[in-house]
Order: sequence, then structure tokens, then C-alpha cells
Amino acid sequence: MHAEPSILPLSVENVSLAIRGTTLVDGVSFTLGQGRRTVIMGPNGAGKSLTLRLCHGLIAPTAGRIAWQGPAAPAARRRHAMVFQRPVLLRRSARANIRHALSLAGFDRRERGTRAHLALERFGLAALAERSARVLSGGEQQRLAMARAWALAPQVLFLDEPTASLDPGATRAIEEMIGLFHADGVKIVMTTHDLGQARRIADEVIFLHRGHVHEHTPAEEFFEQPRTAEARAFVRGELLW
Amino acid sequence: MDDQNAFFAALELIGGLDPTLGSVVALSLRVTLSAVVISAVIGLPVGAALALARFAGRNAVIVMFNTLMGFPPVVAGLIVYLLLSHSGPLGFFDMLFTVPAMIAAQTVLITPIIVSLTRQVVEDLWAEYAEQLRSLGSSTLRAIPTLLWDSRFSLITAILAGFGRASAEVGAVLIVGGNIEHVTRTMTTTIALETSKGNLALALGFGIILIGLTLVLNAGAFVAGRFAQRVAG
Repeated sequence: MHAEPSILPLSVENVSLAIRGTTLVDGVSFTLGQGRRTVIMGPNGAGKSLTLRLCHGLIAPTAGRIAWQGPAAPAARRRHAMVFQRPVLLRRSARANIRHALSLAGFDRRERGTRAHLALERFGLAALAERSARVLSGGEQQRLAMARAWALAPQVLFLDEPTASLDPGATRAIEEMIGLFHADGVKIVMTTHDLGQARRIADEVIFLHRGHVHEHTPAEEFFEQPRTAEARAFVRGELLW
Repeated sequence: MDDQNAFFAALELIGGLDPTLGSVVALSLRVTLSAVVISAVIGLPVGAALALARFAGRNAVIVMFNTLMGFPPVVAGLIVYLLLSHSGPLGFFDMLFTVPAMIAAQTVLITPIIVSLTRQVVEDLWAEYAEQLRSLGSSTLRAIPTLLWDSRFSLITAILAGFGRASAEVGAVLIVGGNIEHVTRTMTTTIALETSKGNLALALGFGIILIGLTLVLNAGAFVAGRFAQRVAG
């Protein structure tokens, strides 16, 4: 995946989002490059999920500009995928869920079969392939959502609190899967409010508070010497609002 | 004949597999099931499209379909009658007082029911699915078959509501069919006719069959739906 032209970097310039007169994301700017795992942190309501949705193109900013700037940018729409906190799986088998996503992405019938098979194998879901996705456990459903995203061969994977509703075992499985994506050269951009998880995964941290970017620093620096008072309080585990 | 005797006479007619009775039951089912199939083919995609589309006047269209759910059968019959009568715009089809005319009248009657119920079910599901499907690159149009398939268990209820309405109504088929013996006589028109003639046994016999058939169909759909839902989640 390294060999092909990339859609990155992603440049977010002065982006704001207001919904019904309330500004929820306020003049956010950052650039995401290849390789490093970016974790967007902050308390609830900081604008983490909205920022992710803006980057993924699910919502349009009310001001500012979001642009993919790599050589493959014109094909960007198909090259970034998102995994949600609560995945929506269709009322059909695990395999058919992946095939449906591949069909939406424009893969032909034969390739859908091959890719779905590979994704199920890669993430240890082959035994569940023919089970209905809706009767799987929460952890299995999220693993299937990850496999579905992987089958689409994205260059960038957005994850919105992917383990927030999972138990520790399922959380570890998801974190291992994130590691597999990373090993495949997929850029990881994830939100979490779990400090432990951020320490395990982050190469760099974007810290959001009340719709503003307070820090965008290498993870080590963020956890050891946070620059702003808000980030210091957050890292110490104090309640921020 | 008192009412109790009428009841036993009715059971005798059913038990004796009266041939007239059989042909009337068969015609009723043919008319109603055809109307249900046509209404489903029209109403499911239209209802789903209405759930997803955003246009000026959408609320008015929704209210109109909701109102048409309570469309009086005689009015539906009258409209189809006017369309199909010799001086009407579709008079050249020469369809009045035929089975296709009855199917058309019932289709007019129950399509709004299927449209409205489908719209409600699909709109709720779209609220849950929209973000994920858009993330996967689905257009709104492409989402329609996905949503219809995923709400299939709820949509069975919508179709059954249409079936119930069509099988129970008498006004529409009476007006456009004309209740012609051996041609357009259905269970409901027979019940109306025989009751007015004082032939209570026959009327009651058809009444029992009509309710029985509806019960069997609904029970079958319920059991099949529950089973499928348990398997598919």
C-alpha cells in the first residue's frame, strides 16, 4: 500500500461548524500526514466526533476548508473509511455485510467474494462468516465493522471511539486490529477519551476542548509535558467541562 | 331460520365443500391477492422514496397518503368506476364489471396504506443507517433497496394491513364489479346480497370462511416473520 500514490496529507484550515446557531467546532486547523497514528482527545462535547465526521466528509463545515492534498487526492472519497462507536450492520450475514460495502464501493462481483474472504480470514471472523451480523456480540460486531473497513482497502481509517461500548477483551481485540491496519500502512485517525488507550496507540495527539485545538503534539510530549492548562488537567485525569 | 340454525347451516355448507362457495372464495382470493401484489410492487418503492426524499411539499404528500389510508372503499370504487365507464378516460379498455376492474379498485384502495406504512418504517431505519451507508459511499437512491430489505420483517405487517383492508371491503368491488354471479361475485358482496335476501346461512358461511382465511394468513405470516427474525436478528 506504500507504493501507490497517497491521498494524504489532509489539510484542515480554520474549520468551523455551527448547528442551529451554536458553534461546536471553532476555527480548527491541523494537517495530517502519512504514517503516524493520530489520536484526537478531549472531554465529551469537545468536538472530537464532529471533527472526525468533517474530515470524513459526512458533514460540511460552515466555514473553513478541508482538503486532501496528496497526489491521489482526486480519488480521495473511496480511499478513506470510518468505523463508528456503534457500528450499523445490515440484517444479513457477516460475509454479506462486507460484500454489500464492496458493492457500494464499486468492486465487481468476483472481487467482492475474494476481498470479503480475505477480510474475514485476516481478522479471525471466518467462523462467523455465515452468521447473521445482528445476532453477533457487540465485540464481534465491531470486529466485523473493522473487517468491512479493511476490505475497502482504505489509505486512511477514521475511528470514532471504537471501543467505548466494549469490554476489555473486545477492546484489546479492536486495538490489535488497529495495529494490523497500521502495519498495512493505513493512516489511523482515532478519537478517544480513554487516556490508557491513547497512550497505547497514539504517535501524535490532537487535544480538543470546547471546539478548539489546544495542542497538536507528539504523543510522548503530550503525556509528559502538556503545554496548555486544559491538557495538563486532562492528562492528570481531572474533570474538564 | 333463527340465528343458531343459520350458524349450523353455514358449517354444513363449508363442510360439504359447496362448489359455488368454492368458486366465490377462489375469485375473492384472486382479486385481493392480485391487488396486494400490485400495491406492494408500487407502494414499497414509493414509500421508501418518500421516506428518503426531501422536496418542497413533502409533508403535504405524507399527510395526503396518511389520509388516503382511510379512503372510503365506495369512493375508491366510484373513482375507478368513473375512469372505466364508457364515457370515462379509460372507457376504451371496456373493463367495467370485470375482475381486472375489481383488482384495480382494490389497488387504488390499499396502495396508500402500503406507501404510508412503508414510509414510516423506512424513515425510522434511515435515521439509524444514514450515516453508516453514506460513509460506505451509498447514494440515497442506492439506499432504497438496502433499507427495504433490512425492514422486511416490519414491511410484512404493512402488506398484511393492505391485505386485511382489501379482503374486508365490499364497496369498491361491488361498484366496479357489479356482483355478477359466477363472474364478479366475491365473499363480501355475497354476504351483503344474501343477508339482504334473508339467506343468513350462506351469508354467515362466507363470513366464517373470510375470517378464517384472514386468520390463517396472518398467523402464517406472524410465525414465519418471528422465525426469520430470530435467525436474522
